[in-house]
Amino acid sequence: MSDHITKAYDEDLAVLKTMLAQMGGLVEQQLDDAIDALSRRDTSLADRVIQNDEKVDVLEHQIEEKAILTIAKRQPMARDLREIMVAIRVSSDLERIGDLAKNTAKRTHAMSDQLPRKLMAGVTRMGRLAQEELKNILDAYGHSDATKALEVWRSDEDLDALYNSIFRELLTYMMEDPRNISLCTHLLFGAKNMERIGDHATNIAENIHYLVHGKPLAEGRAKKDITSTMSVEPGQHSED
Amino acid sequence: MNAPFQSIVTPASPRIMAERPMKIAAKDVNIYYGDKHAIKNLSIDIPDRAVSAFIGPSGCGKSTFLRAINRMNDTIPTCRVTGNITIDGRDIYDRDIDVVQLRAKVGMVFQKPNPFPKSIFENVAYGPRIHGMSQNKTDLEEIVVSSLKKAGLFEEVKDRLNAPGTGLSGGQQQRLCIARAIAVNPQVILMDEPCSALDPIATAKIEELIDELRQNYCIVIVTHSMQQAARVSQLTAFFHLGTLVEFGDTDEVFTAPQEKRTQDYITGRFG
Repeated sequence: MSDHITKAYDEDLAVLKTMLAQMGGLVEQQLDDAIDALSRRDTSLADRVIQNDEKVDVLEHQIEEKAILTIAKRQPMARDLREIMVAIRVSSDLERIGDLAKNTAKRTHAMSDQLPRKLMAGVTRMGRLAQEELKNILDAYGHSDATKALEVWRSDEDLDALYNSIFRELLTYMMEDPRNISLCTHLLFGAKNMERIGDHATNIAENIHYLVHGKPLAEGRAKKDITSTMSVEPGQHSED
Repeated sequence: MNAPFQSIVTPASPRIMAERPMKIAAKDVNIYYGDKHAIKNLSIDIPDRAVSAFIGPSGCGKSTFLRAINRMNDTIPTCRVTGNITIDGRDIYDRDIDVVQLRAKVGMVFQKPNPFPKSIFENVAYGPRIHGMSQNKTDLEEIVVSSLKKAGLFEEVKDRLNAPGTGLSGGQQQRLCIARAIAVNPQVILMDEPCSALDPIATAKIEELIDELRQNYCIVIVTHSMQQAARVSQLTAFFHLGTLVEFGDTDEVFTAPQEKRTQDYITGRFG
């Protein structure tokens, strides 16, 4: 897009975009570390994630302030206005993703070495998938690419599907031996965190669509997380 | 994947145009000042009981077209208008049209308040008197009072109706001019940058007034303030180099305009 007559206005918008890129990078790192910490049961790395979450929060406030100041000073219209509104919304989704990464890292302390490798692998796999979704959506946002955003938006159902199967699996383990319950519950929350991260990524995708097209993404995505109604009866075994 | 992917965007919001009867219709209008082609093949339908704002850079033709709606351009010898402009279906450039009657029906408010050098009362009474709209003095007084009330000025001037209109503040003078326009019972009110000489408070009062007046009149306003267009109008037309680039719901024009040129102008990118 061509430049504003007032150069300082371009600068305001560029600064905002840079802050978001920075926040996106930080949140990506946090998620990566949280998954690493959990899968390797590395409590010191987990603690670092917990500490660093404050940086994410600070960035969110700074972005909000910058956005409000730009609105007050420039009275943005059309695409500029959407750019700023979307920046505020994306930063709030990123902040939530940061919280979920932190919460996942916290659970590292509750993990023990007796954890079945297979169970951990499932949650880690979800983590990697969520990470990829986050990376792709941040790329799409960086390039204001609505097509790519739509791809990410659609791909979230893979994460939902994986969550459903892990949910079932964890329930089965708990059923088999009550001593698994504590660990499995933590893993379940970890998996739920990853599923939520995917949902925040789809929020960002919808905002990118709005940013580019000026209209909301109206198509309802079929909610593929069916765990709210899922139950496993005693004696019933996991499918995989 | 489950269901095949269908529409990803909501259908366009119902146009304000469709909800209101049409008042002014221009078709293939061209306006020339001598050799200069100021308006090029312009067609537009302006609805009644709504505010339509004309925006665009200086020299884009928005004021020229506004003036064509009550034939103010007739006073410029080199000005030539072709095409068709109708109000309620009646061609205003028809030979039978009495221009004085037309201008009573299509009132105008200018950039700089221009009250007559007469009393406040006389400023408003002048039009109804020359158009023979009142039988007696009481009638006339009633018209003046009700016009001043509609223009939101009565309370401020009721004790000094015989004081000169030129002694009022800028914002009050502008409201006096609006009262003067309303007094002859117009159907359309044209406003050519009515607030550009006013401070923000006086501007807010005029905008509030415009918002009230649109219940009863077809209002067309030319403004250089994008924020003002966004605040007061239901429809916005963007003019550029003598052409109408885009005309649509104000809500859409200022958030998601259809045309790139509109986008560039309203976001301050015009090169």
